Amino acid sequence: MLRIPCPHCGERDATEFHYGAAAGVDYPTDPAALTDGEWAAYLFVRANPRGWFRERWFHAAGCRLWFHVERHTVTDQVRTVREGAA
Amino acid sequence: MSRRLPTGGSRIDRSRPVTITVDGVEVAAYHGDTVASALLAADRPLLSRGIYSGRPRGVMGVGVEDACAYVQVLSGGGEPMVAATTLEVHDGLAVERIAGRGRLPAGDDTTRYDTLYGHAEIAVVGGGLAGLRAAVAAAEDADGARVLILDDGPALGGAAADLPADSAAGRELRDLLTRLDGLEGVTVLTRTTVTGSHGHGRLVALEQRPHGVAKRRLHHVQAVGVVLATGSHERPLVFADNDRPGVMLACAAADYVTRYAVLPGERAVVWTAHDAGLHAAVELADAGTEIVAVLDVRETMAGPLAAALAGRGIALHLGAEVTGTDGSDDESGRLIRVHTTVGSFDVDLLAISGGANPAVELFSHPGGRTRWSDEVAGFVPDVPAPGQVGREVVVGAAAGDQDVVPGWRETLQPPATVFRADAGDPELVFLDPHRDATLADLRRAHAAGLSSVEHVKRFTTIGTGADQGRGFGVLAVGVLAQELGRPIEEVGTTTYRPPYVPLSFALLAGRNRGELSDPVRVSQAHDRVAHAPMEDVGQWKRPWYFPRSTADGLEDLDASVAREVRAVRTGVGMMDASTLGKILLQGADVGVLLDRVYTNLFSTLKVGKVRYGVMCGPDGMVVDDGTTARLSGTDWLMTTTTGNAAAVLDTLEEWHQTEWPGLDIALTSVTDQWAVVAVAGPRSRDVVATLAPQHDWSAEAFGFMDWREAPVAGIPARVLRISFSGELAFELHVPSWYAAALWDAVEEAGAPHGITPYGTETMHVLRAEKGFPIVGQDTDGTVTPHDLGMSWAVSRKKTDFIGMRSLARADARRPDRRQLVGLVPLDGSSRIVEGAQLVAHGADLTAFPVAMAGHVTSAYPSGHDGRPFALALLDGGRDRVGEVLDAVDDLVPLAVRVTGPVSYDEQGARRDG
Repeated sequence: MLRIPCPHCGERDATEFHYGAAAGVDYPTDPAALTDGEWAAYLFVRANPRGWFRERWFHAAGCRLWFHVERHTVTDQVRTVREGAA
Repeated sequence: MSRRLPTGGSRIDRSRPVTITVDGVEVAAYHGDTVASALLAADRPLLSRGIYSGRPRGVMGVGVEDACAYVQVLSGGGEPMVAATTLEVHDGLAVERIAGRGRLPAGDDTTRYDTLYGHAEIAVVGGGLAGLRAAVAAAEDADGARVLILDDGPALGGAAADLPADSAAGRELRDLLTRLDGLEGVTVLTRTTVTGSHGHGRLVALEQRPHGVAKRRLHHVQAVGVVLATGSHERPLVFADNDRPGVMLACAAADYVTRYAVLPGERAVVWTAHDAGLHAAVELADAGTEIVAVLDVRETMAGPLAAALAGRGIALHLGAEVTGTDGSDDESGRLIRVHTTVGSFDVDLLAISGGANPAVELFSHPGGRTRWSDEVAGFVPDVPAPGQVGREVVVGAAAGDQDVVPGWRETLQPPATVFRADAGDPELVFLDPHRDATLADLRRAHAAGLSSVEHVKRFTTIGTGADQGRGFGVLAVGVLAQELGRPIEEVGTTTYRPPYVPLSFALLAGRNRGELSDPVRVSQAHDRVAHAPMEDVGQWKRPWYFPRSTADGLEDLDASVAREVRAVRTGVGMMDASTLGKILLQGADVGVLLDRVYTNLFSTLKVGKVRYGVMCGPDGMVVDDGTTARLSGTDWLMTTTTGNAAAVLDTLEEWHQTEWPGLDIALTSVTDQWAVVAVAGPRSRDVVATLAPQHDWSAEAFGFMDWREAPVAGIPARVLRISFSGELAFELHVPSWYAAALWDAVEEAGAPHGITPYGTETMHVLRAEKGFPIVGQDTDGTVTPHDLGMSWAVSRKKTDFIGMRSLARADARRPDRRQLVGLVPLDGSSRIVEGAQLVAHGADLTAFPVAMAGHVTSAYPSGHDGRPFALALLDGGRDRVGEVLDAVDDLVPLAVRVTGPVSYDEQGARRDG
């Protein structure tokens, strides 16, 4: 069972959270200026690294805060956690 | 003949005799016996038969390492495939021997299973000496630390409990248990097997309960640190005909003496590859078994065990092997003769011991890697899973420590790494008796080109039985290594995965079954509508239709819905709409957020007005729709579809928090705080006017998509003029505790107009006639607002909204996209089937593939005109009105004509009444 350290509530079972996939994928400031290819890349193309991965979690059944977690995709180790942002 | 010894038996209570039934025959036992020990005591060694071979099989082990002795439990609701070596007896227990596989009892499993959640600073798995040392140290060091000990035996002590009380181990055990007793914060769970180590300190455990209360408990344990003191499993040796009743693991055979006072054989041959087998031979001899020969694969032997055997006049044959066995001709098929490299012996017990496998399963579950140790002659923990570093330690025999029992190391002779004898028919050398898989099967796998242990496992099924390879798995790996001519450390084990022992689905479900399997949500007016048949909408129960008693009995769905539709179209109907998702949005920037999440413009909405909106995902596909009312300068009330409320709230939270945290917005679910009754139909204004006479409800004073606060029957209420039926309609929103009072008031005020309660089915018919789609029914995540004919709801003025960029793609504007249309049967009377595929009229349904042009998304037997109609998604549908197609269900075509999606009051003339 993954334990997710919520910055507000502390460490809780992953079942209390929704997974939000990769962090740092900002909504484009001007989508209309993007080509179809650039827009598709924003929508669908994500890195799937082996190793440390910065991802978003949502404490859906708790404080309802969105935050960032760095998780190792092989070992499921979890380190730095940060509130908010895309 | 009883094989029960007159004295001894650490686990049985002779003052509590128990009778069980095996295959309909009563068997005497004692409290504390297992089914296996009771049958051995009764000298009934045949426990099961091979799943394919039908060969007789007996008890080989004394615990979870046994790979043969599974029984079907008949009493107490029944249960398939229970290990006889761990199933404790109780009065009334009835079991049946089985051939390899059990059968699911026909009835419902009504037994009680409980689920518990526990927390501990330290969880110690295994209550033998090694585990108890760790537990006592942890509890004594860290004041107040919660220490949880989980042990699968009926009492703590592990192997030490089987040693004499005055031995060094016995004394240490007593000392540890005494110290444990005085420690705060220590919890002991016996008869509890940890079935999985899931990382991050999470363990799942199965607790067998005393007969009479909940049968089993499932423990979810969250620990900071985990100590694995899981001990080891005795490993067999293989040879031809190694599966007969009477062939047992040597230490297991000795344990039956110590624990249950059962002598497993009168005359025995012992064959071993390590000292524990010699120790077992001494114990068996002292208990009264005539040991006719001890064979040790090792070439040299010194030390006290060899002396102990010599002192008892037992012949020890070094470098010797068993080559085969003979069994009796009768039904039991029991062992009668053992063939060895030093001669043949008439015996009824062959006790074998090939070594001790450290129980590394839990170490391996989260990703720990093992290595082969020649010193231990087994796989030992090597590299822990990275996530377990600093969180988990392995101690005792599980770590390969062979000095867990004090005093053993001084005398220890190194074990031999030996798995099999070469002689005999490979078809009769069983490498997994539970799966009836043999050395011949393994050779066939090798011959087929398989060399990976994982592939061989899947080809031969070795290790896939109920024991999951605990008995024979490592041995099979050793044999495979020999066959491949590779070192065993290169071959490695298969991956160990949870659960360590079988878990039933009924246990996993626990109390969450039937009515408790999922929360049930009902509207606050539920008791006013509970007599109606209910439809499940997400977790909500909603009235489906309201059948009336007639001379011909209760109306059926079709008759009831036809009447309800007629009432709304010609008079007035009322519906409990409380389950609608409701979200309160507050703050200065709500309009900005709504402009971004809805496809149309919201920031311009004036207080007192309501607007319909469509929400898309970033991919431009419709995800929800609903109305939003502007309550004040800063407060807005959004409604969502019933099943989608939580998802919409989550989506709004996500966009707000992660993309636009600067916006001044707070979001609150108020679904449960407001009850809603919809009053719909040309007479609805009369009803509302009766309920709230102080206001002017005329179309001029209170237009379509207006809302106002007004007391309704004295209840503070918000009244919204919105319509999901196309008729003049009002939604009455009141604080939820007034739900029943409101329902009653509307019923009373509507009575003179024949007000008719209607359910979800009628609501669907009414909205479908108007071509209003239901998101999730008429859409499937590939449908844009344009596809639904809702281009009017997509703003062209806004610079952006979620999905806008996707809708600008050429593909989103293709004229042949699948679009929402209406359908009517060509014959005017046949029902169209929901989900039917649309194909060209007259298409040959046998000429595969048949080109599919769309599918029916909603279908109803009759609308306002009493005729069947449907909604469908059809390729380029908007340009195909009038075309005839076939709607194919189960290969039966029905000719249908394409219409526009709106089949009733296309001009919208009826919404003002």
